[in-house]
Amino acid sequence: MLELDASIPEGDIREKWRNHLEHVKLVGPRNRPKYDIVVVGTGLAGAAAASSLAAQGYRVHVMCFQDSSRRAHSIAAQGGINAPKNYRNDGDGVYRLFYDTQKGGDFRAREANVWRLAEVATGIIDQCAAQGVPFAREYGGQLANRSFGGVLVERTFYCRGQTGQQLMLGAYQALHQQVAAGNAVMYPRTELQDVVNIDGRCRGVVYRCLQTGEIRSIAADAVVLATGGYGNVFFQSTNAFNCNVTAAWRAHKRGAGFANPCYVQIHPTCIPVSGDFQCKLTLMSESLRNDGRVWVPKKPGDTRRPEQIPEDERYYYLEERYPSFGNLVPRDVAARNAKYVCDEGLGVDGKRQVYLDFADAIRDRGENVIGERYGNLFDMYEEITTDSPYKVPMRIFPAVHYCMGGLWVDYNLMTNIPGLYAIGEANFSDHGANRLGASSLMQCLADGYMILPQTINDSLHDIYMDKVTTDHPAFAAHEQSVRDHIAGLMARRGSRSPMAIHKELGEVMWHHCGMARTAEGLTEAMGKIDSLKHACEHDMVVPGRADTTNQALERAGRLGDFLDLAHLMCRDALERDESCGCHFREEHQTDDGEVVRNDEAFGNVAVWEWKGEGSPHEKTTEALSFDALPLMTRSYK
Amino acid sequence: MRVILHVWRQDGPEASGGFERHELSAVEPDMSFLEMLDTLNEQLISNGHDPVTFDSDCREGICGACSCVINGRPHGPGHKSTTCQIRMRAFCDGDEIWIEPFRSGAFPVVKDLMVDRTAFDRIIEAGGYISTHSGPKPEPNASLVPHSIAEEAMDAAECIGCGACVAACPNAAAMLFTAAKVSHLGLLPQGQPERWKRARSMVEKMDEEGFGACTNFAECQDACPKGVSIRFIGRMNRDYMKAALCEPETRQGPLKAH
Repeated sequence: MLELDASIPEGDIREKWRNHLEHVKLVGPRNRPKYDIVVVGTGLAGAAAASSLAAQGYRVHVMCFQDSSRRAHSIAAQGGINAPKNYRNDGDGVYRLFYDTQKGGDFRAREANVWRLAEVATGIIDQCAAQGVPFAREYGGQLANRSFGGVLVERTFYCRGQTGQQLMLGAYQALHQQVAAGNAVMYPRTELQDVVNIDGRCRGVVYRCLQTGEIRSIAADAVVLATGGYGNVFFQSTNAFNCNVTAAWRAHKRGAGFANPCYVQIHPTCIPVSGDFQCKLTLMSESLRNDGRVWVPKKPGDTRRPEQIPEDERYYYLEERYPSFGNLVPRDVAARNAKYVCDEGLGVDGKRQVYLDFADAIRDRGENVIGERYGNLFDMYEEITTDSPYKVPMRIFPAVHYCMGGLWVDYNLMTNIPGLYAIGEANFSDHGANRLGASSLMQCLADGYMILPQTINDSLHDIYMDKVTTDHPAFAAHEQSVRDHIAGLMARRGSRSPMAIHKELGEVMWHHCGMARTAEGLTEAMGKIDSLKHACEHDMVVPGRADTTNQALERAGRLGDFLDLAHLMCRDALERDESCGCHFREEHQTDDGEVVRNDEAFGNVAVWEWKGEGSPHEKTTEALSFDALPLMTRSYK
Repeated sequence: MRVILHVWRQDGPEASGGFERHELSAVEPDMSFLEMLDTLNEQLISNGHDPVTFDSDCREGICGACSCVINGRPHGPGHKSTTCQIRMRAFCDGDEIWIEPFRSGAFPVVKDLMVDRTAFDRIIEAGGYISTHSGPKPEPNASLVPHSIAEEAMDAAECIGCGACVAACPNAAAMLFTAAKVSHLGLLPQGQPERWKRARSMVEKMDEEGFGACTNFAECQDACPKGVSIRFIGRMNRDYMKAALCEPETRQGPLKAH
C-alpha cells in the first residue's frame, strides 16, 4: 500500500502558496553548485525548470531524446496560454481561472494545486515577455487576447498559431544561456532507462545513448521527470512520433505511484484519419472555434456540397445544445457530441467527420482578419487535405491529444519517492478529468519557472553532505539490468515489427478505452492487451544492432512500457465506475448523454502501485476536498 | 502508386555511404513522405533488412527534426513545407526519388539520413537569448511594442532550426538561421541591451562552427519551410557592422583616469 501525503499547506486556499513559500527550506547560493540535478525532457516544463535551476546555481544535467532541446513536442501547441490578467476588463481574476479549471476538470483535480496554478499564471506572461517571446500585440502596442473553450472571458495570450513554439524557444534560449554559462550540461539523443533509488531516495538515472548504444549513469541529488504524456499508447494521436511513457513508467516500476491513468483527453478538432498507414494525427487549434461554427447536415447521407446545403438544413449541434457556450464548450463535451452526431449517421459524406465552417466569420470580419488569426492553420490544413478553409468548411474529428493522468506528486511536485519529481504533463497535475484549452502551456511553465525551483529546495537542503557517485554498486546493478533488458529485446527474432504490434494496441485502446467506455469493452480490451504482450514477447522482431542508432529497438523498448500502461489504463477506467470529464462510462449518463459523476465513491485520485511483473497493480486513493468551490454538476448549456 | 527510391545509406559518421535502390508499391497519394518511409521500413524489417534511420518527431512541420534532401531539394518539392508535410501526391506513379541527408561540413552524418545539427545550439549559446532569471518580472504592457514590430519579430522568430537553409546554400552558410534569431531579439525592446554583443558573437560563432558566408544566392529563403526572408540577413549584417564599429568596449573593472 502506498503511503501518500500530499503535504498541502494549512490555511485559507488564498494563503497556502504564499505561506508555503515563506517556510520552504532554502539552499544557500554558495552550496547550490554542489548539487547535481537531472532533468529529463526539454519541453516547456523541463526546459523552464532546467534553466531556472541552473540560473540559481545548481549543476543541472539535461536529457532529451531529440537531437536538440528545442524540438520537444510543446513546440506544437498552437492556440495560446491562459493568464487572468483581465486586460479585457471582462471581470477576470484568479478566482475565475481557478473556477473554470476546477469546473472544466469536472472536480477531479486537487483544489490547492489548481488555485496555485491560477495564482502564478499572470507571472508567466511577464516572465515570457521578458525573455523576448513575441506575443501578439494590439495596434497600440499592448498585449492581445483571445478566447478559448469552457470560459466566458478572453484571457488567452498567443503568438499567431505558434504559441507553443515561441514559449518553447524562450525556455530553450534560457536553458542554452545556462549551458553557455557552464551551469547546465546537455545530453541530447539520450533516453532514460531506469531510475536509481538508494536508501529510499532517488539518487540518479541510467540512460542509453541513442547514437552509440552505450548505457551510462548520472548520480544526482534530485531527478526531475518532465517527459510529457502517454497519448501514443493509442498509436494514432496528436503527440509527436517519439513521445512515450518509458521514463515515467520505469520510475513507476521503481516505486512511483501512477495516478488516474484513464484520464485521456480526446481533442475535438483534428484532421480526420485518411488511411491505416497513418501514425500521426494533426490537430487544428481550439482557437478556431472562436470564429468557426461546427455543423453537420440534418439529413443523414446528404451528399450535397456544403455550400449547397441551405441554412435550415444544417444542424449546428453545439450552438443548439449548449446555447450559452455554443462552439466554445470544453473539449470533452465537443468531442463527445461529434461522436454522437456521427453515431446518428449525420457524419459528413457518411464518414466520421463534421464541418468547422468559417464562411460567416469571413463574411463578417473579412478574409484578412481571419487570415491573420489563423492563416498558418489554414495553410497547414490545405496542405494535408488540398481543401482551402477560406473556401470550404474544414472537416474535423476528435483525436487523442493530452493525458491528465500521470505520476502522482505532492504539493511540492515530488513523487512518493523522495528526490524524484514529476512536472508538466508527466504528472497527474491540476487538470482533473479534463483539461481546458490553453491550460497545458500554463501548467508546464508554472511548474517549470514558478513552482519547482522553489519547492525542490525543500528536499535538497539537508542531503548534500552525503554525496553519492556512480561508483555506488546500485548503479552497476541497474546498468546491468538495462543491458540485459536490451539484450532480451535484441534476441527477439519473430516476424512482427514493433510498429505493427503498436498499431494493433492503438486500435484496441481507441475502441475500448477512447471516447466511450463500458465494463464489457474494458474487460475485453485487457484480454486483448495480454495477447499483444504475448505477441511482443514471442512474435516480435527487432532488427539491427544495439551498439548504434537503432530506431526499431527504441520503439520496441517503448512498446513494452505502453503495453503495461494500456492494461493499467483499462483497469483504472473499469474500476472508476462513474463518468467524469473525458472519462465517459456509457453506464453512467443522463438521457441527453451528459456525464454522471459519483462523488461519494470516486471524488478521489486513484493511485496505482506496481507490484512486480505479472502481479496486478494495487490501488490507493487520495481523497479530494472541495472547500473553495463546492461540488456542482457541470453545465455549459 | 508505385515509386522507386534511391536512399542514402551510411553506417556512421566515419563510414562511407552510398545509394540503395528500393521499389515500393501500394503507396497512397495521401501518405506523407515520412509515412512512405515508415512503409519502406516495415517492408525492410519483414525482409530481414536494417530499416533506414531518419529524424522526425512532430510530423506536423513545426519541430524542425525532419531533414532530408529529396530530389536535390531540402525538404523536397513543396513550397514552405518540411519533409513531414510533403504528401506523396506531389509525385507521380513510377517516379524515381532520390533521398539524401542534409549535406554540410558542420552537420556530420550520424547514420543514413540523420545528421548532427548541434552546431545550431552552439550558435544560440553564443548569444541567442535575452539574459534573464526566472521570477518576478515587470508588467509587459509597461513596455509597448508596436504591432508592426511585434509582427516583424514574429516573422523572424518563426524559424524552426531545421537547417534547410544550410543544406540549400552553395556555401553551406547558416546566415538565415543566425539572422532570424539576431533579428527576432534585436527588434524587440527587451533585446536592446545585448543587441550589438549578440550580433557579433553569434556571427563569430557561426564562422567558427565552419558554416560558410552569404553570397546572395537566396536559395535559403526558397528552401525555408517557414518562409523566413533574406532581408533579415541584411539586417543582421547592418547590426554586425554597427557593432564592430560602434559597440562600446566591454567594461572590465573600473575606468582608470588617464
